[in-house]
Amino acid sequence: MSKERVLKISILRYDPHVKGDKPRMETFEVTEAPGMTLYIALNDIRKHIDSSLKFDFVCRAGICGSCSMLINGKPALACSTLTAKLGEEITLAPLPTFELIGDLSIYTGNWMRGLNERLSTWIHNEEKIDTDTLEEKMEPELAEEIYELDRCIECGCCVAGCGTMQMNDNFLGAVGLNKIARYQLDPRDKRSDEDYYELVGDEDGVFGCMTLLGCEDVCPKNLPLQSKIAYLRRQMVKIGK
Amino acid sequence: MRITYTDVLIIGGGLAGLRTATGVKERGFDTILLTLVPPKRSHSAAAQGGMQASLANSVMGEGDNEDVHFEDTVKGSDWGADQEVVRMFVNTAPKAIRELAAWGVPWNRVKRGNRQAIINAKSVTLTEKDEAHGLITARDFGGTKKWRTCYTSDGTGHAMLYAMDNKAHEDKIEIRERREAIALIHENGRCYGAVSRNLMTGELHAYIAKATCIATGGYGRIYSVTTNATICQGIGQALALETGVATLGNMEAIQFHPTAIVPVGILTTEGCRGDGGVLRDVDGYRFMPEYEPEKKELASRDVVSRRMTEHMRKGKGVKSRYGDHLWLDITLLGREHIEKNLREVKDICENFLGIDPAKEWIPVRPTQHYSMGGIRTKYTGESQTLKGLYSCGEAACWDLHGFNRLGGNSVSETVVSGMLVAEYIADFCEKEESNIDISTKTIEKFINQEQEKLEKLIHKDGGEDAFEIREAMEKIMMDKVGIFRNGKDLQEAVNQLEELLKRSKNITVHRSQSLAANPALVNAYRTQKMLKVALCVAYGALLRTESRGAHAREDYKERNDEKWLNRTITSWRSEEQTLPDVEYEEIDIKSMELPPGFRGYGKNLNIVHKDSEIRQKEVDEIRAKSSDNRFKIQEKLMPFRDKLPKKYRGKNERLSERFNNE
Repeated sequence: MSKERVLKISILRYDPHVKGDKPRMETFEVTEAPGMTLYIALNDIRKHIDSSLKFDFVCRAGICGSCSMLINGKPALACSTLTAKLGEEITLAPLPTFELIGDLSIYTGNWMRGLNERLSTWIHNEEKIDTDTLEEKMEPELAEEIYELDRCIECGCCVAGCGTMQMNDNFLGAVGLNKIARYQLDPRDKRSDEDYYELVGDEDGVFGCMTLLGCEDVCPKNLPLQSKIAYLRRQMVKIGK
Repeated sequence: MRITYTDVLIIGGGLAGLRTATGVKERGFDTILLTLVPPKRSHSAAAQGGMQASLANSVMGEGDNEDVHFEDTVKGSDWGADQEVVRMFVNTAPKAIRELAAWGVPWNRVKRGNRQAIINAKSVTLTEKDEAHGLITARDFGGTKKWRTCYTSDGTGHAMLYAMDNKAHEDKIEIRERREAIALIHENGRCYGAVSRNLMTGELHAYIAKATCIATGGYGRIYSVTTNATICQGIGQALALETGVATLGNMEAIQFHPTAIVPVGILTTEGCRGDGGVLRDVDGYRFMPEYEPEKKELASRDVVSRRMTEHMRKGKGVKSRYGDHLWLDITLLGREHIEKNLREVKDICENFLGIDPAKEWIPVRPTQHYSMGGIRTKYTGESQTLKGLYSCGEAACWDLHGFNRLGGNSVSETVVSGMLVAEYIADFCEKEESNIDISTKTIEKFINQEQEKLEKLIHKDGGEDAFEIREAMEKIMMDKVGIFRNGKDLQEAVNQLEELLKRSKNITVHRSQSLAANPALVNAYRTQKMLKVALCVAYGALLRTESRGAHAREDYKERNDEKWLNRTITSWRSEEQTLPDVEYEEIDIKSMELPPGFRGYGKNLNIVHKDSEIRQKEVDEIRAKSSDNRFKIQEKLMPFRDKLPKKYRGKNERLSERFNNE
């Protein structure tokens, strides 16, 4: 058996609520344990070294999207990152673009809600629902296709990994475009392609994407973002004519 | 002013809280929802396998209806459930799922024709009917007579929560994220809202409402290993408890899920076994058929967890540095099935275990999973003792699950209870008695009290370290209030927890002094609350000298209906006390539709109550005499429909049952 490693975890620390606090890197040493994830390592630091260290974990199972951060510069979920897959020196920083709460803790909620409201990411259907009678039928394959896109966990990794976002704050990002692709696919949503065009048919939407495809590289759910953005773009070009 | 007024305050942004919010909003009431995390991050998202609703679309669900779902749920509860509540629930579940379908959940659908399924480790051809094509399908789950668990792959909770939160956006529900309720505001037996703490800035704020609804989920995190998210800490139950007025029900009823991965305790869904996966021991031997020849791996959760533990105690576990475990084998389902229907499981295996579940077995063992107990309420969701306080979902005990919950009934309950409780809350808000009658002076008193507590935690020197106390509590619960329980261990657990509770009064925050975003401060005040919840669980378990559902006593193996067909009610009347007050609420056999009987697992050790036989005779006679349809017979046995809100009283249509609902 190889020797136990002592990890050197450098974290970008900054608490905007503390007057005069300045961003700085701080390094913590943690003895690695088998099966250790960054969730375990960070809690170890909080419990034993610095209990003011801020970070967010909820499900700690790669399902809820709370713990996205820059791990050695790359956006990823910390809870499902095994330290064994990383070198001895690890750098952690909060995800950019989102409001910083402190250290590694960011406020994605308001950003995502803003996006959802902007795109009205819900089923638009005026018909009254009768829940006593049989549900409307749907082709099994279509339901699966919708679920495929519905698997987004709003972690924000694609936003942080997006080149366009660096230049245009107003860009919807892959998370937003994927949502529109999802609703456009869904026959229960009665919006027309023209309606979707209104939402995403411009530089802030599907035509702003520079196809660098950082989004797909970093998506922890492996969503087919590249092909969906391309598909959406072809659809929107047709309408735009 | 640090006070906001609204009609309904909802604490908790998971499925139950969101559905309550949209329900009261639809009835025209203002609502504010406080949540620790953005709603889409709630623990509801982690529900994998599915939602029970008796749609009977799939061929393996044929013949299913409310009656079968009712019977499964009551038996599953080991007769601890409130049968009227179960009836209300099973009647509403099909409506809930259809509503969610209309709101966008991409439920998996029936596909006409032949398909292969694995049943009892053998490949079987199932033929789905033409007319069912495109309707919502279902998979098999433990403890159910029919395939009733509807799903979207193994991301059911995620898909439901996203649809629900999106609906809340559409309805413009006011959601305040990263806000934690730290105390309920109440006066003269009436709840008026809560003091909330902003987890980003530390500010305290009072939300005053006609009705307050706690939908904060369970309390799994009082155990060191649990499938629960980090936020499921029982704070909602503690808030109710600390009023000294509201009560908790059946806190000792804790479910252990058979298949969480070792060591971290992340869940792999019951759908693994529902879809045909089997459990194996150190020799690769499939042991469950020996213990439960009929239901095998798909016995009720409490039963499977106990059988696994028994088998490991016989030395048949797989040794590991994290203790013994068993294997979950889903390789027989094939890669295609796993990648389509069990993809979260596959991700979890890859990310946390580094294995491919299509080729390798998954190391699992029973792990704390669900809290059947919670804030004791009437069927309306209102506290039995604190007016204006409501609760629903896992946070509550209204009491759908009794002493054991069936898989697939929890996400179903979140939405159903949200639908129903929203209506009862709205009814209450329409009445004059809901008027807010509390002075701002009293409200300020509540805020100041909380502020003082926080400052004391921060500024006092040299007190106890909350991280240490909490770890000790988690370990006690794990070691002594687990799957199998006994008087000696439970007594020790109670004594040690009581000691920790005393020490917890002297907690101070170490190594972090901010009153704003400060994880150490949060841990400090939550630990104090969690200890009270843990004591309710351990003390309730000690006093209940029988085995019922998930509460299994090695020193009292029999289910004792004569003495223990009742609910444990705990309260905490004074801050000075170090143990909860415990009372019992009788469960009346004479009004049961399904009188107590044998659940059908293992040996029958029940100590029978004399009323059971009498009631069974009555029930049999009513059934034998009547030539009515199933609805009319049910009505004679135990009427419930008039308790439902009018809009949810309709009969549920199925392919095989059509009605003219008025």
